[in-house]
This record gives sequence, structure tokens and C-alpha cells, in this order.
Amino acid sequence: MHKHPRRLLRGIGLVCALTLGATACGGSDDEGSAPKTVSESDVRAALKKGGSITVWAWEPTLKQVVADFEKEHPNVEVNLVNAGTGNDQYKALQNAMSAKKGVPDVAQVEYYAMGQYALTKQLTDLRGFGAGKLADQYSPGPWNGVKAGGEGVYGLPMDSGPMALFYNKEVFDKHRIDVPTTWDEYVDAARALKKADPKAYITNDVGDAGLTTSLLWQAGSRPYEVDGTEVGIDFSDRGAKTYTATWQKLIDEKLVAPVTSWSDDWYKGLGDGTIATLAIGAWMPANLASGVKDAAGDWRVAPLPQWQAGGRASAENGGSALTLPELGGDEALAYAFVEYANAGKGVDTRVKGGAFPATTEQLNSQAFQSTEFPYFGGQQANKIFAESAANVADDWSYLPYQVYANSIFNDTVGKAYVSGTKLAEGLKSWQDASVEYGNEQGFTVEK
Amino acid sequence: MTSTVTPAGSAAASSPSSGSAVRLRTPRRRHSPGRPRHSVLLTVLTGLVLLYSLVPLVWLAISATKTQEGLSRSFGLWFDGDFALWDNIAETFTYDDGVFTRWLLNTLLYVVAGAGGATFLAVLGGYALAKFDFPGRRAVFAVVIGAVAVPGTALAVPTFLMFSNMGLTNTPWAVIIPSLISPFGLYLMWVFAGEAIPAELMEAARIDGAGEVRTFFQVALPLLAPGIVTVSLFTMVATWNNYFLPLIMIKDPDWYPLTLGLNSWNAQAETAGGQPMFHLVVTGSLITIVPLIAAFLLLQKYWQSGLAAGSVKE
Repeated sequence: MHKHPRRLLRGIGLVCALTLGATACGGSDDEGSAPKTVSESDVRAALKKGGSITVWAWEPTLKQVVADFEKEHPNVEVNLVNAGTGNDQYKALQNAMSAKKGVPDVAQVEYYAMGQYALTKQLTDLRGFGAGKLADQYSPGPWNGVKAGGEGVYGLPMDSGPMALFYNKEVFDKHRIDVPTTWDEYVDAARALKKADPKAYITNDVGDAGLTTSLLWQAGSRPYEVDGTEVGIDFSDRGAKTYTATWQKLIDEKLVAPVTSWSDDWYKGLGDGTIATLAIGAWMPANLASGVKDAAGDWRVAPLPQWQAGGRASAENGGSALTLPELGGDEALAYAFVEYANAGKGVDTRVKGGAFPATTEQLNSQAFQSTEFPYFGGQQANKIFAESAANVADDWSYLPYQVYANSIFNDTVGKAYVSGTKLAEGLKSWQDASVEYGNEQGFTVEK
Repeated sequence: MTSTVTPAGSAAASSPSSGSAVRLRTPRRRHSPGRPRHSVLLTVLTGLVLLYSLVPLVWLAISATKTQEGLSRSFGLWFDGDFALWDNIAETFTYDDGVFTRWLLNTLLYVVAGAGGATFLAVLGGYALAKFDFPGRRAVFAVVIGAVAVPGTALAVPTFLMFSNMGLTNTPWAVIIPSLISPFGLYLMWVFAGEAIPAELMEAARIDGAGEVRTFFQVALPLLAPGIVTVSLFTMVATWNNYFLPLIMIKDPDWYPLTLGLNSWNAQAETAGGQPMFHLVVTGSLITIVPLIAAFLLLQKYWQSGLAAGSVKE
């Protein structure tokens, strides 16, 4: 962490210059200052004294959590602000940090973006708050996420996205296709489906950084190595080769629908059977139930197809934590809320609201596992999700500038979907662009 | 962005007198009472432009009658089986404790304060620049012309930093104050005032003993009415459709204008655990452009003719 403070700071300045055209930037440059400490009695005192905190989050179930929290602590006011989803919020957060004004006390940050803020010391290390001892309460994927490849704990996991295969049973039954258990079978199923109905696709994909990194993760590839400011990027290991070989077939034979995820066309395809499966995080059921009402009862959940027959590997796709930005205000109060929402009573409230937990207690509870989803024809889908969560390898790391890297994914890897470029070449050019950017930012990046 | 529909083009196109854009008549030229000339080619071309501008509006109006499911199962330019317009409007105004109404009121506030103020300043400045000779007029002219050329988007980030240091971000002031400046409006008013107010009329007013203030309000202002309406329409549309400025200035949904609010609804479809509400986004967009269209239809008669026509023999 403390190897190249100067270069790193220069890097931060550059990040800011890019986002704002100014070099005023949040992030303390006092090296070696002890992490902030807040004890439980400090937190209790703060709750008694009261005050108000601002929370930037887009997660819908937090609304109820805030209401309950305020009821329990009448002196505390929680100002829940939806400052945009994902990237939109990160831009706003970066702007506020650069201006050193208007930074929220609590911010939702996705796991893939944690490194970007943690490494530049823009998030409070919560070990001094006693967050370290919560490690056992979370499943491996999300806990790995809040550590952001370092030693610190930069947030508390809010939800997680262990992957599963959502498939339209109606379509599979109609064309008598077996649900694939390996990715090779998945390609065969895609071919069979295309033959049976030229308008139907096994899934949609126009190039999605989140999906690609998750599948690499599952395939055992570890393209990113991060050690402080020393970064390695390499998309040519065995896992990556396994992934590109299979996915290239899907692209070459035009077996994936050219539809952007989350667009209205996508929702339409999920509803009318032209997009027959989704390999996606376990938070998806709520979106299906609210966005694809027409297909209620048609969909089911199956374990994620494997790269090796009989394997049990899984990966996380999406999910986020609540963090305390360094420049935010009332830490004790902010931590009290984060702990309540992500480790306390708030967790059950959020699971009831359709969120997918990151806490092992909920994941393993009888009530959770035996929940029947009417949307999936009464299937106890949580069993599959919980199994998947337990099988996520916890040694994956994202880049300390993954938000930027993902933003150039479509200019590089995306080409493989629209031109003759091969997926492996696309990954290579993504790697080169990421290396170049990292070096410009003051990281030491090796290919 | 579906929510920033600019009806300016279509509304102007639907006004019978002008071909495509708003045109200021110079007040001294009377309409010749000769027979209007016809041109088949021009009529056809204008018709095509009209069609081109109206299709998105028609799509919007038709789509607003559909349910969320209906939107994806029916053809865009024709109705779906169930007519849900009234339900959609009701749901738009009641969703999330009626936050849409709040956004509507915010937008009105920004328009009245921002566009109203911008128009007033442009009229004052334009009149002074056109009718008074003072040192530095040329410099002002150069600055104004230069300012017209700078896109507002380029100034947004420096403005953000400035306002942030003043502690004004996340308040309505952050949107209203930058909206007060309209170089284009000032330039338009300057040209118009130069044409519309005969120097003889001002001299007559002064000889009759009116002070400068009275001359401005009682003699010049009525003559400037068509120009004022035009400038206020321009600034109104600009403020009403403003997206980027509030996007970086305002993070509190309570102060969102309609553009940002609709966008945040649109983003719900991309949120884990969120709910796609395309039908509300479409209906909200339709409701959003109704006041603008109404403003154009109500105000268009004012720029049809110059009021000073015939007041002075030349």
C-alpha cells in the first residue's frame, strides 16, 4: 500500500483530471496515519445523541431499512439519496470527492469498483470500527470484495450475486432440449434451439464486462494481480483460453442475441422466449418478477454450467457493499447504520424485500432455503443460489481502476461481437489499453 | 435519453405562418396584400419535414396509452389492446408518494425564475446596447458573440466547482443562477431593439419629458413585445429541457427537474431489484412536453407582427 505514495498521488490527480478537469482531489496524503477507531460505546453514544447522515444508494430495499432504523433511533435522521445507479453515482461521488464538498456519509459501491476507491484511500478502513471480526458472517465472494485485494475492510457487504443459470423451461420443453450442465452442452443447446426456432437465442450478449470477468473467474482464470500499486494483467492463462474457446463458438455461429442487457428489447426477449437463458447473479429473481410478468411460471433456476463436467465452480456477478467515504461526516453514526443494514436487523428486512443476502446465517437458514418462488413454479431456488455462493473461489481480484477498464470494454472486447476480431484478440487489446492506462496513472503494471 | 424530447422543432413546424423555425419579422416591412404564391415542391418538402418532426410525438402519444407489458408486445406506432392512458397518468402522479408532481413544480420554479430572469436581463441589456452609445460597446459585442459560440456543456464543470466552493450545489440556486445568462437571448434582443424602436420615437418621448426609465417601460417595452416573447420561448425551452447542468449540480431527488426525474425512473430498469417502468417514463415524458407545446401555441401570435408597424412615417 505504501510503496509509491508520490506516484500514486500523481495518479489520483490524473484520475481527477480526467473526471473533472481539475486536480483538486480527495484522498489524504498523510502516510502512516493510524486507521480511525470508533468503539462500540462511541457508536451507542452517537445514536443516543442523534444527528443526520446522508446515504447514497440505489438499492431499493434500503428504503424500508431506513424507516425501521429511524423508528428505532428517533434522534437519527437518515437521508437516503438515489444519486444514480452504478457509474452515474461513481461520477457524482468522484466529483464530490474532488470538490471536497457534498460527499455522503455512506455510499453504495459495487465490489468491482471497491479497489478504485479503497486504494486511493477514499474509503474508510473499517477495521478500527471492529468490522474485522465480522468476517465469518459473510460468504467468501462478498467478503473478498470488501477487502478489495488488500488487508483493510472498506465496507460491509450488502448483497451478493453468486451465479446461476436462469432458463425458460417452457422453451426447453417445447423443443425437447436438455438443460445444459456444462458450457459445452450449453453451446449444443444453443445450436439445437437455433435449429428449432431461428428467432430464438440461448442468451443475449453484445459484450458485457461484468459477465466476461465473472465467467473468467468461474473458469479459473485470474487475469488481475494486485499488490498495492503493483498490478499484473494477463488474459492468456488457461482459464481464459477455456473461456474464449467456448464463447467464440457462440459468437461465430451467431448463437447469442444482439440485444443489450436491461434494454426494453431485453425484457421483451425474456418474456417471449427469444432469450432462453441468463447466466447471471442470484439477485435476478426480483427483476424477473417485476419486469417480465408475462413469463411468470415459465422460468426455472439451474446451477451454473461448468467448464469441467462434474465441477462445482462458481463466481460472483454483481453485488455491492455500503462504504464510509473518507470525506464523509459522522463516522460513528454512519457505521451504526451500515452495521444495522448489512449485519443486523436490516438484513432480514432486505431479504424479505427480495434482495439476495451476503450473510451466511441467512444463506444457510432453513426458512431462506425452503422459500418457494411462485415465479419459478414453486421452485426452491435459494438452495441453488446458496450452494453457488459457497462455491465461489475467494482469490479473485479486480483492478484498482476497474471502473475505467470496464468503460473501455466495448471499444476493445466489444469488437469481437461486431467484426471479424477474435475474442482472444479483443481481450488482448483490452489488456494493452488497461496496462497503458494503469502506467499513466502511476501504477506499475506488468503484462 | 427518451425524456428530453425537444418539441421546439415540431411545434414551430406546426405553426402555419413559418416554414421551419421561428422568424422575426422586421416591423417596418408590411405584409404585401398580393396573392400568396404556391409552390408544390416546397409544400411537399415542408410536409415531409412536418411528418419527420411529428412521428416521434405520435409514437410518444400512442405509447403513453400502453401498459408496461403492452409496450413490448405491440407495434410502436399503433395501439395495444388495452387502453391504459388514464391509469398511466394516475400512476405517474401517485408513484413514489407523488414525487412527479414535486419534479413538475421544481421545473416550473427553474423555468419561471431562470428563464424569466434570463429574458428580463436580455431585454435590459439588449435595449441598452442597441439604443445607447457608450465606450466599450464593441468589446461587449465581441464578448457576447464569443459567448454564443461556447456550448453550455463546456462550462458546466467549472461552474460546478465554483458553486461547490460557494456551497450552492444541491440547491435550486445551482440551476437558476447559471440559467439567468443567455448570450443568444441578449444578442437577439439587441438586434431586435435596434430594428423595432425608432430613434425618433424615443426622442419624442424625451422631448415630452419622460425620463429614461419611463421611456423604457412605457415606450420601448411594448414595442419589444414580439422579441421578448421569442427570447422567453427560447430560454424557456432551454431551461425546461436542461439536463446536464442539474445532473452535475443536484443529487437530492427532491430538487430534480423533470428531465432528471424521468431519467432516474428509466434507470430503475437497470437496477438489481429495481422495476422497469417504461410505461411511466413514456407517460411522464408526454406530460412533460404538454406545457411546452401549450406555451408555443398560446404565444405564437405575438411574433406574427411588429407592433411599431406604421407608428412612424419614414
